[in-house]
Amino acid sequence: MIEFRLPALGADMDEGVLLEWKIGPGDRVARGQVVAVVDTSKAAVDVECWQEGTVAELLAQPGERLKVGAPLAHLLEPGEAATPKVGAGGTASGRRAISPAARRLAAQYGIEADTLAGSGPQGAVTLEDVERARAAQPVAAPQPTDRSAAIRQTIAAAMTRSKREIPHYYVAEDICLGRALDWLGAYNRDRPLTARVLPAALLLKAVAVTLMAYPELNGTYRDGVFRPSPTINLGVAIALRQGGLVAPALLEAETMPLDTLMRALADLVARARAGTLKAAELGSGSVTVTNLGDTGSQAVFGVIYPPQVALIGFGRSVERPWVEDGRIVVRPVVSASLAADHRVSDGHRGALFLRDLADRLQRPEELKP
Amino acid sequence: MTNENLRADVIAALQTVAPEIEPAALAADRPLRRQVDLDSMDWLNFLIALGKRFTVEIPESEAARLVTLDDIVAWLAARRPPP
Repeated sequence: MIEFRLPALGADMDEGVLLEWKIGPGDRVARGQVVAVVDTSKAAVDVECWQEGTVAELLAQPGERLKVGAPLAHLLEPGEAATPKVGAGGTASGRRAISPAARRLAAQYGIEADTLAGSGPQGAVTLEDVERARAAQPVAAPQPTDRSAAIRQTIAAAMTRSKREIPHYYVAEDICLGRALDWLGAYNRDRPLTARVLPAALLLKAVAVTLMAYPELNGTYRDGVFRPSPTINLGVAIALRQGGLVAPALLEAETMPLDTLMRALADLVARARAGTLKAAELGSGSVTVTNLGDTGSQAVFGVIYPPQVALIGFGRSVERPWVEDGRIVVRPVVSASLAADHRVSDGHRGALFLRDLADRLQRPEELKP
Repeated sequence: MTNENLRADVIAALQTVAPEIEPAALAADRPLRRQVDLDSMDWLNFLIALGKRFTVEIPESEAARLVTLDDIVAWLAARRPPP
């Protein structure tokens, strides 16, 4: 028997509301299949199941508020036979009997349905029980009703945790983008708009490839232990138009050719804005990049997204005087910064990383494959 | 198609990437990107939406000249087929 649990949805999202099941009892589930849609404060998230099997029982009802790690469904492993249920009325997981409507209403009121006394058959919790509990509740703190307020709260929680727990250090480097932008301009010249590659994608590719030699900047720190990530799951900070931001990851960005990375980035931005991200994208970032782009400030020093250990920031690229071969020339220059976790790495390594990144951006043609 | 209609269509394309904009609040002679706060990806998507809506190719060299709403309307008006 496989217990399918609500996967991590990113450091700042520790719970979600089940919106919809995409599967039902008896359905076969393939690895990676989207099985449910869960609403977090930031977006509706498609939740994938990474185990193969047949659905034996759904444990959660639409409308229910669930913590990360909460059991969602029981799946039979391939070849496993269904076991008969123990007794009628009770559930295999030993949870309280409660009607879906009552559970939904309880979730709406912010009441823990499983803590209520049931007056229905076999102690089942009914709608009346929920209404009674609601009437007995002291006036609760106002719940954030609009999404912007909820997003603000989750960002506040994650960033407060980051600044409380992570001893940040910061290093910065000005990087000349003259060669990179010339090369990209030539690369784009004869391409249709739909195949165009933005400087943002080139910067992301350069970061991903450079990080491969710096495992201490790519991974997660939990319970006093740093775990480097075998792949570069590159989180990308994306501003949402209603305010706030979300940082879903381009999984295995180091393996993507530049064109692929650009299309994946465009897709990720579009889905972040539309609120249709996947759980794996929100929960498995190993490092994050924030790029203020050409309408932002000149430099940015980021706050690390826990449990990650590093954040790379790019400011707006501007034309500046630059010394090349002993002469002063005008070049587009971007300020790159690294905020990293001093429990895992030191400023010396961080500085080496930025220098390596700068060197790599002087050979943009190598970033294409 | 009059320039007024063109303008309405350009704004409709803009609303595919920035649904919340107030068309009346846009200054037609000021840089559009900063008024609407579009990043490079949004802007690219807007240009792609324009290309689709008006069935025109916007070459890389021309894209850089499309800065204000007026620029865009004039550029499209010069390319529309004669009546």
